[in-house]
Amino acid sequence: MTEKQLDDAIVGRAGRDGAALMRGWFDQLSETGRQGGHAAYVFVMGSMAEILRTFDIPMIFPEINSLQTAVRKVAHEYINEAEDYGYSTDICGYVKADVGLQLRGGAHPAGPIPKPTLTVLTNACNTYLKWAEIWERMYHIPVFTLDIPGSRSAHIQSRPGDLDFEREHRYVLVQIQELIELCEKLTGTAFDIDRLRVVLKHCNEMNRCWKRAIELNQARPAVFNALTDGTVYLGLANAFRGSEEGAQYFRQLVEELEYKVEHGIGTVIPEKYRLIFVGVPCYPLFRRFNEMFSEPGGAFVNSTYLWFASGGANLGFEFDLNRPLESLAEGVLISAREAMDAMFFQDQALIKMVERFHVDGIVFHPVKSCRTVSTGLADTRRVLMTKDIPSLFIESDMMDRRVVSEAQLKNRIDAFFEGLVTRKLQAAIQAGR
Amino acid sequence: MAIKLFQGWQGKSLEQILTLCRDLLEDTNFPTVHQWREAGGKVVGHFQVYFPEEIVHAAGALPFKLRGAPVDLRHADSHFGSYLCSIVKTTLELALGGRVKLDMFVTHPICDAARNLAGVWGRNFRFPCQILYLPQNPNSRHSVSYLRDEYDRLRRTVEEVTGRPVTDESLQSSLGVFNENRALLRQLYAIKRERPWLIATDEAYVLVALGGLLPREEHNELLRAVLPLVETRPSKRQDKIRVIFEGGFCEQPPLDLIRVISQSCYVVDDDLLIGLRWILDDVPREGDPLRNLAHAYVEKSSYSPVQHDVRKPKEKMLLERLRSSGATAAIIGAAKMCEPGLEEQVTYARTLDREGIPYFVTEFEEGMTSFDNLEIQLETFVESILF
Repeated sequence: MTEKQLDDAIVGRAGRDGAALMRGWFDQLSETGRQGGHAAYVFVMGSMAEILRTFDIPMIFPEINSLQTAVRKVAHEYINEAEDYGYSTDICGYVKADVGLQLRGGAHPAGPIPKPTLTVLTNACNTYLKWAEIWERMYHIPVFTLDIPGSRSAHIQSRPGDLDFEREHRYVLVQIQELIELCEKLTGTAFDIDRLRVVLKHCNEMNRCWKRAIELNQARPAVFNALTDGTVYLGLANAFRGSEEGAQYFRQLVEELEYKVEHGIGTVIPEKYRLIFVGVPCYPLFRRFNEMFSEPGGAFVNSTYLWFASGGANLGFEFDLNRPLESLAEGVLISAREAMDAMFFQDQALIKMVERFHVDGIVFHPVKSCRTVSTGLADTRRVLMTKDIPSLFIESDMMDRRVVSEAQLKNRIDAFFEGLVTRKLQAAIQAGR
Repeated sequence: MAIKLFQGWQGKSLEQILTLCRDLLEDTNFPTVHQWREAGGKVVGHFQVYFPEEIVHAAGALPFKLRGAPVDLRHADSHFGSYLCSIVKTTLELALGGRVKLDMFVTHPICDAARNLAGVWGRNFRFPCQILYLPQNPNSRHSVSYLRDEYDRLRRTVEEVTGRPVTDESLQSSLGVFNENRALLRQLYAIKRERPWLIATDEAYVLVALGGLLPREEHNELLRAVLPLVETRPSKRQDKIRVIFEGGFCEQPPLDLIRVISQSCYVVDDDLLIGLRWILDDVPREGDPLRNLAHAYVEKSSYSPVQHDVRKPKEKMLLERLRSSGATAAIIGAAKMCEPGLEEQVTYARTLDREGIPYFVTEFEEGMTSFDNLEIQLETFVESILF
């Protein structure tokens, strides 16, 4: 195979395969909807795919359904219906788009979405709790909350072997056993620990590859766009977690990214400014939002979104298949905590990342819809300002186009880049002295 | 610590005491907290909703309920974005602006904004700022044990902060003080429910809220003295409708708003400062006090929009509150930008529609100062029921 042929075969493969896999996934959901049967509504931060896949219970990610409506420019229709139903304009747009979807009987632009027969959530986001209560009332289904104690402060995090960790681990383990009992009751199928081992093996490969993929973006130029490509990868990481297809996809993704690193193939040519994205993407303007940065040469090399929306898979936790349940509890505790830390205590991690990823600036994007992610961002930014790290703070939303002003965003982004240009010039002048 | 923080009310008439109480509550410089600290005491500030104050009390420190305040944002505004409720901002303002000085800060995973506060405060203060992870799965068979252990972790931190051991004996003694406090508050609410003309809602609110900024022994002394005065108050029953108020579990409505409601309604039950009344019964003093406290939190407790318990669907609990208090209508409030409160409003409204129970929906903010429109709307609501 010539280098050109190899390039064509490998470069861009993750995008092509990812799109096909996601289409197939949505088709499968629609089929489930048409045929009936079990469907679990789950969330990206702690989906418990490890258990649900062991029972062959299809998983629906309402967050993904909702963001898809925004990307497809129809979110407002669903949101309006939810607001007509009584939900305030100040409530999370994901929730409202989903309420609209449920009121429409699951009619989604990507295909019909099945009703839930079970909901599994974690406490990683409090809105998960309120959201699940809506389905509990609509469908009278079991709601299972897996409560995962997070870090108590930036400096208090229990570790395996600590008294506190062992106590937390016990709590999570008992809850996982309770989830298994619920799934057994619901499906009439006995839990198969060997099947869990297979699922965990795939999770291990996906976690390992997810961590590796993020690390590979330290390369200059960056080999993937953490905002746009990263969101696609996230969709796959969640929808295919614990599956053979998922493991294969991420194995091949790493292969592609390593190839790109080796051959110096980046995403933006020329890559002038390396940026970190902090927050949740602006889905109503998804492509355009990125273009406002990429056009002046900005490349997103990392994002806290890749950490928390993967449920902390960025840690690359690997389950011990010799003690699957205990290790699952440990992994869930450590990984979900990582996801929460990425939202509540991310300042020191960001400072370290600036150096490791050769970052020129950080873009904070708090959104009206998500207070979990957004509440601490202004204060985090203040810490970074004391370290002389350039940053941009722009507020909009991940769903609601009424609070997204493209012109205002563009003005702020342009001014940010002017600052970065000046900074580089000054650095060059000082270096020449 | 043998120090009286609230003085001058003894021997006064009920009206005079209530005025002094109101003045103290509305003082946004929190003089009792300052006095306590100036006398060498430690202060542990805990954010809404519920906090096991007994653990701090057993260490000889003052548990101080942080519930925001109607203050201008001079320091805290630049630490937050736009789309947030007021209480998270004003609470930080109190500390950044020096209105209160703390030795420890504790927040809880009650909502997406509040759980961020450990990070925000931790970046701005040197004292310990942390999250107390109250269980969000109270239906797990392990939740009480987990919470007992979480309280034990808190106990160790409190010991470090105060330099005093928190023994089981001191905890058992504190349980006694707080059991008495809860019993007195239940008495107060029984009066509200059974003879609401004896005490206005805003007056009762003031009496409850002072518990958050006084040593509980003093609060008990105050309530022991005031409740008999209320019982014998020569007030006459008025032609007001009996309502419940929901939506005061975290950010508090301005006192004047509560007063406005009180002018046209008897609020016979509510969830105002529900954290102070979360535990519904005495906590046993015998045995492991932390386990007893944890058990009471999970098994003998009230409800709020920030806790999911499959045994306590909020709409069912709301109807129970209505029925048990003999109310004929409900006022469903929510603080602006309070997502749990706003989400619950939908459930409550639809439930009340289904049950044919009249209700009044409103949003509030702790800093609001104009109540004319609310007063007119409320009067119209009341008239629609009365006539």
